[in-house]
Amino acid sequence: MTLAQGIWQQIFSFDHYGELLALVRNSLVAGAALGLVGGLVGVFVIMRDLPFAVHGISELSFAGASAALLLGVNIVAGSIVGSLIAAGAIGVLGSRARDRNSVIGVIMPFGLGLGVLFLALYKGRAANKFGLLTGQIVAVDTPQMSWLLGTSAVVLVALAVLWRPLTFASADPEVAEARGVPVRGLSFAFMIVLGLAVALSVQIVGALLVLTLVVTPAAAAARVTASPVLLPVLSVVFAVASIEGGILLALGGSIPISPYVTTISFGIYLVCRGAGGRRTRQIGMVSMKA
Amino acid sequence: MSTSADAVISLRGAALSYGERTLWQNLELDVHAGEFVAVLGPNGSGKTSFVRALLGQRRLAAGTLTVLGSPPRRGSGHIGYVPQQASLSAQAMLRARDLVRFGIDGHRFGPRPRTAAVRRRVDEILASVGAAPYADVPVGLLSGGERQRVRIGQALATDPRILLCDEPLLSLDLHHQRAVAELVDARRRSHGTAVIFVTHEINPVLGLVDRVLYLARGGHRVGTPEEVLTSEALTRLYGTQVDVVRVRDRVVVVGAPDESPHGVRS
Repeated sequence: MTLAQGIWQQIFSFDHYGELLALVRNSLVAGAALGLVGGLVGVFVIMRDLPFAVHGISELSFAGASAALLLGVNIVAGSIVGSLIAAGAIGVLGSRARDRNSVIGVIMPFGLGLGVLFLALYKGRAANKFGLLTGQIVAVDTPQMSWLLGTSAVVLVALAVLWRPLTFASADPEVAEARGVPVRGLSFAFMIVLGLAVALSVQIVGALLVLTLVVTPAAAAARVTASPVLLPVLSVVFAVASIEGGILLALGGSIPISPYVTTISFGIYLVCRGAGGRRTRQIGMVSMKA
Repeated sequence: MSTSADAVISLRGAALSYGERTLWQNLELDVHAGEFVAVLGPNGSGKTSFVRALLGQRRLAAGTLTVLGSPPRRGSGHIGYVPQQASLSAQAMLRARDLVRFGIDGHRFGPRPRTAAVRRRVDEILASVGAAPYADVPVGLLSGGERQRVRIGQALATDPRILLCDEPLLSLDLHHQRAVAELVDARRRSHGTAVIFVTHEINPVLGLVDRVLYLARGGHRVGTPEEVLTSEALTRLYGTQVDVVRVRDRVVVVGAPDESPHGVRS
């Protein structure tokens, strides 16, 4: 076997696929929930210009998860606690964009450092450690599953209630404030929702790659549509396709799930960017004629 | 004319300060239904603070302000607000019709019922401001003039009795300045909407305004354009020699501190 074939086998292998599929049923369900949450939250991450905040929150979420691993408690819960602390801090300290970025820049390395410390102290399986950073698919057991689905439900309900005024406040803050929308309160509420969504994503794609679920699908959708209905729908479709596709491809290979997810997600973005370029000019011409 | 009984906006001995600094004080002003009032003045004279006070976002340091007979409150549907043009990158994901729809029900929590009535209303509004041809174009792709039409449509969505425009002509060319000013003027004539029009350029609205509120550091002046925009009035207001020159139907102010002259685009 040549080296290239060996690498290929590590990346794509479909031996015993049926049996493996049964093992990751939980992950596929979790992945669907995650795609739904990530795709929807991502719409606001793009609109409110928060990708850097997503990254900052995910590092503290990683610290929370690794602390939970070290202490032997529920990892999802640990990850949620870490996320909420980061999201709350960013929400309180960084209401203005410029402050926000420096607050995030300060929090992020601290979170990552804490995470490394906890992992260094942890004496368990190395795969558990690595998985928190780069993702894992078989790690979703039943108690974690209930946490994942429960938290997803909380995020979805919160989004359903906040959606309209949050869109208004995100896109058009001055007029929203004049119309009585509690712009600051919504900003903080969204950081909390974002914290929960990030904590969920960390479980599957790992802390380093949360952006691929929470930012890329929405950014791709925004290239091809401006409809307030189609945008979140496409974003969810892209996110679910990336994560489920990633899980199914990663199944047989021996490398982590994240490269599959990120590659699919990035591919979708490139296609949308190409398609969006043409569309933008078309509409621009229509509007000039009018 | 200046009884406060039928005024939609009424200020009595009003003052507004920013920390230690008083922006304006002893302001007496009644704005009536259908009246077009331009708010002029150099940067930092408190024009935007005046707008924020009317929106209930800033408290007066002294005096009283009533909007439709009661103190201003946030989120009133009686005031339509056209904000200063900000960068609209985030809004590039929204279409013109979405921005107008915000004006109708964007502030409500909970899922949005898919009502045909609201969609019809949005179409009506877009048509009334001449924005129907680009209703489905992302706001980020609209020209400045098109965007201001949509903005005015959004502000009129609740059928407000007061239209509050903060520098709506900024970065528009002359043709679009006139079109936007005439749109606002038509509305106040057809619906009796009172218009507060903050601007640093009086000329595009000179033939339309009933009165001018001129704010300057150190004082203010209320009156018709003929009364306020004179060399004597502005010299007294600024405390330094200011010349007002009328060239055909345009007014040019020369020598006002901290300000590029009116009529000359800065």
